[in-house]
Amino acid sequence: MKTAHPHTATTLSSLHPGETATIASIHAEEALHQRLLAMGFRTGKKVELIRRARFSGPLQVRIGTTDILLRKAEAEKITVHRT
Amino acid sequence: MKKIALLGMPNTGKSTLFNRMTGAAARVGNWPGITVELLSGKILLGGDMVEIVDLPGIYDLHGFSDDEQVVRHFLRDNVPDLALVVLNATQIERQLSLLLQLKQLNLNMVVLLNMADEARKFGITVDTGKMTEALGIPIFLLSAKYGTGYNESMQAAARALRYTTPGLAENLRDQLKQDGQIETEMARVLQHSVQVPARLPDNLTNQLDHLMLHPWLGLPIFFGIMYLLFQAIFFFGQPLQTGVNALFGWLREAAIVPLLAFLPAMLQGLLLDGVYNGVATVAAFVPLIVLFFLFMAIVEDTGYLSRAAFLMDVLMAKMGLDGRSFVMLLMGFGCNVPALMGTRVMRSRPLRLLSMLVVPFSLCSARLQVFVFVTAALFSPKAAPLVLFSLYLFSFASAILTALLFKRYFPSSEPFLLELPPYRFPTLRQMMLRGWHEVQHFLRRATLFIVAGVVLVWLLTHLPPSAAPASADTLAGIIGGWLHPLFEPVGITPELTIALIFGFVAKEIVIGSLAVIYGLGGEALSGALAQQLDWVQAYSFMLFTLIYTPCLSTIATLRSESKNAGFTLFAIAWSLVLAWMASLAFYQTARALGY
Ligand SMILES: Nc1nc2c(ncn2[C@@H]2O[C@H](COP(=O)(O)OP(=O)(O)OP(=O)(O)O)[C@@H](O)[C@H]2O)c(=O)[nH]1
Ligand SMILES: [Mg+2]
Repeated sequence: MKTAHPHTATTLSSLHPGETATIASIHAEEALHQRLLAMGFRTGKKVELIRRARFSGPLQVRIGTTDILLRKAEAEKITVHRT
Repeated sequence: MKKIALLGMPNTGKSTLFNRMTGAAARVGNWPGITVELLSGKILLGGDMVEIVDLPGIYDLHGFSDDEQVVRHFLRDNVPDLALVVLNATQIERQLSLLLQLKQLNLNMVVLLNMADEARKFGITVDTGKMTEALGIPIFLLSAKYGTGYNESMQAAARALRYTTPGLAENLRDQLKQDGQIETEMARVLQHSVQVPARLPDNLTNQLDHLMLHPWLGLPIFFGIMYLLFQAIFFFGQPLQTGVNALFGWLREAAIVPLLAFLPAMLQGLLLDGVYNGVATVAAFVPLIVLFFLFMAIVEDTGYLSRAAFLMDVLMAKMGLDGRSFVMLLMGFGCNVPALMGTRVMRSRPLRLLSMLVVPFSLCSARLQVFVFVTAALFSPKAAPLVLFSLYLFSFASAILTALLFKRYFPSSEPFLLELPPYRFPTLRQMMLRGWHEVQHFLRRATLFIVAGVVLVWLLTHLPPSAAPASADTLAGIIGGWLHPLFEPVGITPELTIALIFGFVAKEIVIGSLAVIYGLGGEALSGALAQQLDWVQAYSFMLFTLIYTPCLSTIATLRSESKNAGFTLFAIAWSLVLAWMASLAFYQTARALGY
């Protein structure tokens, strides 16, 4: 069951494991933004949510060939379009 | 002398390459941020002596965590004659951004696309010729771990060294191009030279993670692995230790005693019962140390540390820490000093300080020696691994309690963002190198602290000459007497008190001093301990040993990393208070329950 229209914008943190999306924009302060860029988070890139830790712990996401762990709070700063 | 710097993102294999080039044993591990300070070595390259500098990894030229500062300062103070830029070939799509930033500094560069072996496995192809053309920088595929492409890379480095180095941009930051430009250029370079399959094959890493990061099984597996380790320590380490002890005992009777027979009795006593017994008892731990660090090397190289961070981050967040702090606690199992330095990857100072406050509670390999010795002496072979396991749990508990109590003084809102590298396995060569390195480290500490320590303990327990050795009238007895009111309520005897005082310098001395105090080595010492103490006293002693300040090196590192004497003093004082309170609570409760 889909909770949202496939092309409406949502945040990375609301994806379910196995879902993929395209990054629309990143709203983070300078230092975090730079680190996200270096890790491969760029507008237009595809991301896949691999898994979530229990008790709203970190998310594991895959961008291309890199796997990254990040907290929900950081994932909320990344807007995506479900694909 | 010409200087070559190794630059690149964290965990790309710079230290592996450095070791291959220089034959050094720089620490390698599958964790971004293993190297946090610069390391250099000299080699002959293309007929000239050159200096190779291994640096911490950097994500970009904007970074300002303490490990990235090391690189910024290095580049500010030195213009390397050549920068070897090490990129992970499997992640070239994103790591190219760092190369393009570095390119703007007008450094003389050669690019090495490392982990070519993994790239091939993933089906990623790189046309280095086209890429070299697009970038105007020589580019080579390399596997620093297995050596393929190494010779070509070194020849290229030697060739590049012949050119003069253009100057470095005055102000790094101002000159950096807008990120948008970098993005366009990345796309241009990658377009024709790199091919990545749309979907990577479902590899071993994915399958293993399915199990290791399982929502319900993840943590039980973690503790299960730890428990197996302690079983292994007693199963393999203990017999080895007993063997080495027997060997030292035999050597003493067969060679050392006759050899020293001509000396006056007092000096004989000092050399035999002091230095020899003390050092031999400590030296018997070498096999255990090697075994333990081989295990640590494997854990660090598999990439499990990042998985542990994933599993524990939620819990750590409740204590004002994050998953990386937990990884530093695990790294501290080897030695607290590199674990304290490893916190440099944290950008927020409060988070870093709070992590540094808890790391010294991590049960390091020196404390492990004390515990293995005492548990083997006082507990049944079946119970011993469980006792050891419980001490590791107390180690975590002390860290958790400390963080909970003090987190409000160290507020931080640092984002948590960490790479999850694929699982890897160390080569035999990597493991041997690490094992050898740790033995050297152990022996260096041994010669430095332990010999001096045991001599001092011997003097304290034998002076003044009128007193019976180790009696209440000796200097040691007098000191033990003074501290008695403090240690009596926690069940720690005057003999153990003396050992604890020396343990402040380094935990390796504790068993050595006991050997000297009792005038017995190895197995005989175990027997004497078993007679003098009951298990409640022994456990209380171990709790105290676990929690109070690990060693002088740790204190020195706390001081130099925090650059704050007040913080350092606080860390020491708190650990002493907590040690005493924990032992008191345990001892009095156990006695009240009738044990
Ligand atoms: N498969 C493969 N693994 C490699 C290669 N080179 C290094 N590694 C592994 O990659 C991991 C990181 O290696 P390091 O040499 O510690 O990397 P580093 O760049 O020094 O990392 P930091 O010090 O954290 O910046 C280790 O597990 C190495 O064994 C390679 O060519 N192939
Ligand atoms: Mg390194």
